This record gives sequence, structure tokens and C-alpha cells, in this order.
Amino acid sequence: MDFREGMEHKYRELLENYIKDQSEQALYAGQKFSRKTIEHKISPEEIVSLHKSLLVEMHPELPKDVIDSFDLLLEVMMGYGLTYRENESLRSKQAELRSEMEIAANVQQTLLGTTIPEVDGLDIGAISVPARHMNGDYYHFVQDENNCISVAIADVIGKGIPAALCMSMIKYAMESIPENRLGPGSILENLNRIVEQNVDPSMFITMFYGLYNPETNILSYASAGHEPGFYYNAAEKSYAELKAKGLLLGIEKKTKYMNYEKQVSPGDMVILLSDGVTECRTDEGFIERETLVGYIDKYIHLSAQEIVNKVFKDLEKLQNFQLRDDFTLIILKRKV
Amino acid sequence: MSIQSCVTIINEWDIVAARQLGRNVAKELGFGTVDQARITTAISELARNIYLYAGKGQICIDKLYEGGKPGVRINAIDNGPGISDIRQVMEDGYSTSGGLGAGLPGVKRLMDQFVIESNPEEGTQITATKWLR
Repeated sequence: MDFREGMEHKYRELLENYIKDQSEQALYAGQKFSRKTIEHKISPEEIVSLHKSLLVEMHPELPKDVIDSFDLLLEVMMGYGLTYRENESLRSKQAELRSEMEIAANVQQTLLGTTIPEVDGLDIGAISVPARHMNGDYYHFVQDENNCISVAIADVIGKGIPAALCMSMIKYAMESIPENRLGPGSILENLNRIVEQNVDPSMFITMFYGLYNPETNILSYASAGHEPGFYYNAAEKSYAELKAKGLLLGIEKKTKYMNYEKQVSPGDMVILLSDGVTECRTDEGFIERETLVGYIDKYIHLSAQEIVNKVFKDLEKLQNFQLRDDFTLIILKRKV
Repeated sequence: MSIQSCVTIINEWDIVAARQLGRNVAKELGFGTVDQARITTAISELARNIYLYAGKGQICIDKLYEGGKPGVRINAIDNGPGISDIRQVMEDGYSTSGGLGAGLPGVKRLMDQFVIESNPEEGTQITATKWLR
């Protein structure tokens, strides 16, 4: 209550100063005063009332009509005061929600956590950054007893919490599929059945599933409508689209997925991504896939992890640090 | 000890009468202009709710004395449709988003004490009190 007592005195001083010479300085002091009153949660109607009572005291000669008019102003300000206080309380509620979201995002990180496997002859880099708190993209590595590496990259149509919740299910579905040696196509068929049965019909998932055999250096893969990745041919120094056809997960129960194979030569790279990478939007519109290739090529001499990190940094900057969609980029590079 | 007077709310003019009654009582008890405006705003909100949603009801104003401290108590009673989800109407931003005014959370903020009882099909009773500081 200390502030309230001093407030009257302070406002009287401000008012006297302003009435004396109408200076800009006095008005500036008024602005500073309002910052203080807001800080102390003084409502607008209280200021109006204070103003009125000081006027009556300082200028008893003022016509009654003028003084009375402040009662109307006070009544009108009442609603603003209430709205202001409501906003205050909504704002603190928002802060609460935000911290809850941050906790949820951490939980998600733990739930969906995956480690990049260490394999002789293969250099792997991965980055996944959510546009908001929770990530609707997902990637997963598994190394089986034969040292085969499986890599999955998935994207839920949609973002935010619903997408993130859906992703948690996908991870556990994947882990419940027993044998990785089923082949990527069959794995997608299994997942498709699970997604079709368990996920809201309005929600679809795209996924690319790859299985790399370090003995034969063959990558076999299948795709469920996922954004096509790239294949870098080191001998020709050329990039080609890593094409694979297949319907999104969750649309049709009996979908079949084809297996594709690729012989990976030393220095070759497999580049997997989510549509948050290609739908990176600048003022001039989406970036071209060729532009993206250009960014990757710029860093080709670096390690796979450094490439993905640097490409993300560049694209983030290109979008003025506003991600519109979850961003995931994975590079598998066969060591020379 | 309490002295009660009531206004029946049927049309919009009754809201004005209820406000006037509340303002007179608040003034008599020595509430300042800001608190008078708060009390009348609260009465307005409660009376408008009766007028808009219940059709008919009563606003009663009491003078209270507790431990020598005077206060104003507003009692808003109706036999209207009642409120099925009280938690929702007590949420900030629920009624205000439609431009319906301060809503019940606003009334709660304007007064010192606020009690609501409501059952679907039975009506609503809201009691709000403000003490003279």
C-alpha cells in the first residue's frame, strides 16, 4: 500500500507541473508515472478518480459540470480496467502453459530419443529441430546384431502437440516389430496396419525406411509417401533424387510397399529429409531442391554431422530464424 | 444484522434501478467513488446475466456489519436455466471473448467475496460482498 499513498503526492506534482507550462518534459514524467502505476497494478478507474479529486482540490473554481464529467469517464474506464486485469491473469496462465509445454517437450525428447550408431566405414549425421515446442518429425536408428543399420525418418502431417503424441506411438510400434531383417517394405506394411488402426483418420504419417548393410554396402529402402531424399554419387559428383513410391501410412490397410536397392560406393552419401527442409520458405517462396543441394555441396568436405548442422544454420538464417515446419536432415556417408 | 432491499429484474431498465440501489447503499456506507463504481459494475453484470439468460430474477442489496466493519452484499437470484459448467463460466476469456462484458470472473475481481451456486433447470444464486476498507 506504500505506493498508493505516495502515488497521490506524485501525481499532484505531475499535474501541477503540467498545468504550469504544458512542457514535453512534464508529459514524459507522466509516461514514466504510468509505467510505475501499471507495475503496481493500479487500475485506470483509480487514476481517473485521483485526477478528479486532485482537480477539485487544486482548482475549486472549476465548474461543477466539468468535475461531474469525470464520473462518466470513470464508469467508462471501469471496463478497460477489468479487461486489463483479465489480460494479466490470462498472461500468467499462458506462462504456465508454456512451461508445461517445455516439460512435455523434454518428456518427448526422452521418449523418442535415439542414438546415432557408430559403424566402421559409415559416417552418420542427424539433426531434428521442432518448429514449435514439440516435434512432429521423428528419426530412429537401430543397429542389429549383424551390424546392419536401419534408419527411419517420419513426419506426421500436422505439427505441434497432436503430431508429437502420434509420433510417440510410432516409435513403440516400430520397436514392437520383431525382426529388422523383414526388409523395409514389410516393416512399412506392418507399421501401416498399426497406424491405420490406432491413429485418428485425419492423421497421416510419411516415412522413409532404410536398411544399410555394411558388409555388402547395399542400402535397401522403402518409402511411405515421404519427401524424397537425395543420393550423392561421389565418382560423378552428382546428386540424384532417391525415388521410392508408396502410399502414406494410415490411409489404406492393405497397402504394399516396394523394396528398392542401391549399391553405395565410397564417398557416396544418402541424404534423408523431412518436408520442413524443402518447404523452407523465404520471401521469394519455397527454396528449390537444387538450392538445397547447393547448400549441402558447399560443406561436402566436412563430416556428416557438421554438414547437417551447417545446412540447418544456413536455412534457419535464410528464413529469418522462423521455422515454419519441423526440420529433420540425416546424412549417411560411406567413408572413402 | 442486515437490512435488505430488492429489485426485480425483468427488463433492461430494472438493471438501472438495481445499479441505483447499490450505489445509494454503497454511498451511505461511505465507499469512495471508485468502489461505488466497482459495486455498481458488479451489479450491472449480475443483473444483465439475469435479464439475458434467465429472463427474470432478483437483485437484493444488503448492508452488512462484521466486527464493526461495514460491507455491501449483492444477492442475485434467478430460476432460469442454470449453469451446467460453472468452471467454464468462471474462466477468464470465456464470456468476454463474445463481447458480453466483464463476465463472472470480472464480478469476482470487483468484489471481495464471491459465491456461486447453480444447478441446471433450477436456477442460479450468486452472492458477492465488498467490505469497506
